[in-house]
Amino acid sequence: MDKLILDRAAIERAVARMAHEILEKNKGTEGLALVGIQTRGVVLAERLKAAVQSIAGVSAPLGILDINLYRDDLTRVSEQPVIHKTEIPFDIDDKVVVLADDVLYTGRTIRAALDALTDFGRPRRIELAVLVDRGHRELPIRPDFVGKNIPTSREEIVQVRLVETDGKDEVVVSQG
Amino acid sequence: MEAAGGVRTEWRWTRKDLVSLEELSREEIELVLDTAESFKEVSAREVKKVPALRGKTVANLFFEPSTRTRTSFELAAKRLSADIVNFSSSGSSTVKGESLKDTVRNMEAMQVDTLVVRHSSSGAAEYLARFVKAGVINAGDGIHEHPTQGLLDIFTIRERKKNLEGLKVCLVGDILHSRVARSNIWGLTKLGAKVSVCGPPTLIPSKIEELGVTVGYDLDEAIRGQDVLNILRIQLERQRGAFFPSIREYAAEYGISKERLERAKKDVLIMHPGPVNRGVELAGEVADGPHSVILDQVTNGIAVRMAVLFLTTMVER
Repeated sequence: MDKLILDRAAIERAVARMAHEILEKNKGTEGLALVGIQTRGVVLAERLKAAVQSIAGVSAPLGILDINLYRDDLTRVSEQPVIHKTEIPFDIDDKVVVLADDVLYTGRTIRAALDALTDFGRPRRIELAVLVDRGHRELPIRPDFVGKNIPTSREEIVQVRLVETDGKDEVVVSQG
Repeated sequence: MEAAGGVRTEWRWTRKDLVSLEELSREEIELVLDTAESFKEVSAREVKKVPALRGKTVANLFFEPSTRTRTSFELAAKRLSADIVNFSSSGSSTVKGESLKDTVRNMEAMQVDTLVVRHSSSGAAEYLARFVKAGVINAGDGIHEHPTQGLLDIFTIRERKKNLEGLKVCLVGDILHSRVARSNIWGLTKLGAKVSVCGPPTLIPSKIEELGVTVGYDLDEAIRGQDVLNILRIQLERQRGAFFPSIREYAAEYGISKERLERAKKDVLIMHPGPVNRGVELAGEVADGPHSVILDQVTNGIAVRMAVLFLTTMVER
């Protein structure tokens, strides 16, 4: 039984609000950069970039991160991950990097992303933006910008679908 | 990110060994190339390293001299954070069979995860792959195959020409002794390229047409309309018989000179697996000229070997 949590309009509002919060927290766009985690995090980062641009009129640099090579369970996963590209076409030193991902769950993906980012340089600060925070953290990691908090049980599955990757915008919770 | 969409349709890798391109499907070859594309960026970073193979051990077992392939594998392993040891026995007095088997059993007893093997006997890698639990990557076996060289050649062509389908590629020179040629032929034809070979009749194996290639003996004719010329090295060390009258005559008939290149397409790519015998199969000014992608091949070799090491080493044993 699927339960619709966010529809297209709600996702759009959440992204717009997060963009405002990013600008408010950082007092503008000075040194701001966005990095999306493959693959839906990249879409979120692109949308945040567009929203920031329409509010502040500034185009922040955008990077793409594949964290599979930094996973702590790489030797334990039964299915080999497909390695997608990482592309950070700007110097991250002294930037405020807003890391974007679709769902925050155990926090292990973010841990891997922090390690990966550190290999590219030393940002002034790293902030975390997620469309959905579903709880159940296994590491001391918390988001700075959240589209929607969704209390879940571990058995439930949170599916984020975005037009660019899945043909439509929606967040659905289903029973595992 | 976790179980994000759930289903991914991409092809998965299941081989612990890479022995030849003959045994790979088109999808498997494309997976290696796509993975290599992702890995290429790592070598361009300031910190040229990812932790993907941390805690894994790779052994370079070279029973035949090699500098660049061994170095390329070594850098590839290091950029994935694997530990790598080098074992070379260039004396070549190593007898096949028991002693090769013994060496490899020793390596296995030391918990090596993946063996990169070069050997003068065709079939050595496949033989080892059959009885060791460790992964085996063929880094050249006799005159059979050199799969990672084939893959990096194809990677370099794809990078420049985008699509292999219908692309015309000519392999020039010593086809008979060339494992690079064989790997190129298998890989390129699987990806839809039109492959031809050209060289002295004595250096073209009979029945090579059965692999799906066309044969030419006149280089001036053969290079017309080609998109890629992959020039093979004249392997003086492998030729015990007299396959051509003299080096000078070979250079005149089958060497790529600047003048000869004028007959080729304007955007032809010149490739060579190295090391180049300058002035023999390839003129120095062509090797260093605008058509040459020889150094790209070297750069891409690391990314391709990272992909192969990663894919094979991650497969459960």
